[in-house]
Amino acid sequence: MLARRSVVRTLRQPAAVIAPLVFPMLLLAVNSGGLKSETQLPGFPTSSFFAFALAVPFIQGALFSTMNAGTDLARDIQTGFLNRLTLTPMRRLAVLGGQLGGVVTLGLLQAVVYLTVGLAVGVHFASGPLGVLVLGVFTLVISLAFGALGTLAALRTGSGEAVQGLFPAFFVFLFISSMNIPRNLIQITWFRDAATLNPVSYLIECVRSLIITGWDAEALALGFGIAAAIAVVGLALSSQALKVRMAR
Amino acid sequence: MEGPAIEAEGLVRVFKKTRAVDGIDLSVETGEIYGFLGPNGAGKSTTVHMLTTLLPPTAGTARVAGYDVVRQGPQVRSSIGAALQEAALDPLLTGREHLRLQASLQGLPHETRRQRADELLHRVGLSEAGDRKVKTYSGGMKRRLDLALALVHSPRILFLDEPTTGLDIQSRTALWDEVARLARDDGVTVFLTTQYLEEADVLAGRVGIIDHGHIVAEGTPEELKASVGRPTVEVVPTDPDEHERAAAIIARFGEPCGSEHGVAVRLRSSEADLAGIVRALDAENLKVEQLQLHQPSLDDVFLAKTGRSLEGAGEEEEEQSGDLAMEPV
Repeated sequence: MLARRSVVRTLRQPAAVIAPLVFPMLLLAVNSGGLKSETQLPGFPTSSFFAFALAVPFIQGALFSTMNAGTDLARDIQTGFLNRLTLTPMRRLAVLGGQLGGVVTLGLLQAVVYLTVGLAVGVHFASGPLGVLVLGVFTLVISLAFGALGTLAALRTGSGEAVQGLFPAFFVFLFISSMNIPRNLIQITWFRDAATLNPVSYLIECVRSLIITGWDAEALALGFGIAAAIAVVGLALSSQALKVRMAR
Repeated sequence: MEGPAIEAEGLVRVFKKTRAVDGIDLSVETGEIYGFLGPNGAGKSTTVHMLTTLLPPTAGTARVAGYDVVRQGPQVRSSIGAALQEAALDPLLTGREHLRLQASLQGLPHETRRQRADELLHRVGLSEAGDRKVKTYSGGMKRRLDLALALVHSPRILFLDEPTTGLDIQSRTALWDEVARLARDDGVTVFLTTQYLEEADVLAGRVGIIDHGHIVAEGTPEELKASVGRPTVEVVPTDPDEHERAAAIIARFGEPCGSEHGVAVRLRSSEADLAGIVRALDAENLKVEQLQLHQPSLDDVFLAKTGRSLEGAGEEEEEQSGDLAMEPV
């Protein structure tokens, strides 16, 4: 029921649904137009920059999951709704899981939209139908992972404004990554090193490998591993923060 | 359930350097409406948060429905309903969705949830608004929904934290009626915090008056008012320098007592002395800006115990404490 509530209230906030769908697509369209000459670089993995850049909205959408999950939970803290949940027999993890239900559902909806746009534009999905399923699972994991980070921020600060203040910081992680160019083609050393250290690069490369490469075991292992690690750490820390909030 | 419905012994809660609750002892019998009266910042909500297991006590013990609030939290929570200071509602859900969610979270069987939601919406007068989103509700409607949510699982003990603050008189009266009916007809024990004298006077069988984290007086409203005794007369001289002379004049008619704005006496006999006071002030040619006869009220009880009136005490507490963050120490 809590998960259902999370889904219902997410769908009843048009801004929470439209922004994660539209904004990444706009950015994709702009970058595809402006950066398409990158495909001329020796060693660029595909002739279609759109196919190359299509991975980014999946990760961008996950960032919106952070904001949605965090601001929703912060609102529950500020209105006292979390106290209402505390006074029921519900266990901590169930409360957390319920809060993330809407975020995960929206994440899957976003993935369907991005994939549909990509296929409509003519992108060939190298890993085929099975790869689409794997991408769906990956989307679920990263939505959960970034949603958990949002709930952690909300539980630690109790403030929707503080959660929204994290948005620019997360975007820095997105831009200093292999978002617009493969890591091995980045000429600026510090940028290449930063992108190599940035876990977001591996999340992007995991999705990208399913679209343009096919089955790249290393990219999949790194992407799923990092997403799972973020999810586990985020959920564990959120659970602990929720324990403090609920004073049990 | 044997023993009192709610009991606390030496209950303390400290936030950093602030002792919000400083040793509270209380006992509330089953089926009683207990009013917890005090100004803003006195410790009412903190006490409620501890008794409802939302906040662990720093020291002391408390038992609700026979269960220890620290060691038997789940049992306490399953025995109580609570409508806290903020009507904790999701503006994006409808009233009916709230009730069905609450019924689900409280473990009510699936087949009874819809029926229970309908029943409670009818009981609090929200049947027609049940399928509207809460963000369209007035303050009074939100409070009524909050009360309904607290009653979903038919708790034996109900905590209401300032349930009528901000409501118009009509909504307030309707809520009072429902609370009184719950205690009278359903035998529900009600622990009600309020800063409104009239609310405590009308609803509560017994009142505990709290100030600075202590209970300063406890008893039925009649007992408390009788303890203050007879009527008082308050005189405010036109010339502030005449306070002493005014005090000397009216002291002939009773015992001097506290007054915020002027001087006051508790009359020896009755309101009949009022005419004598007027004649005496006139004979001494002392000009008076204000002369008032006060029948004892719970505010007089608070004034007698603390030297401050309830209203003024609330503003003073807000200035001194600022925002009291409900963070664990």
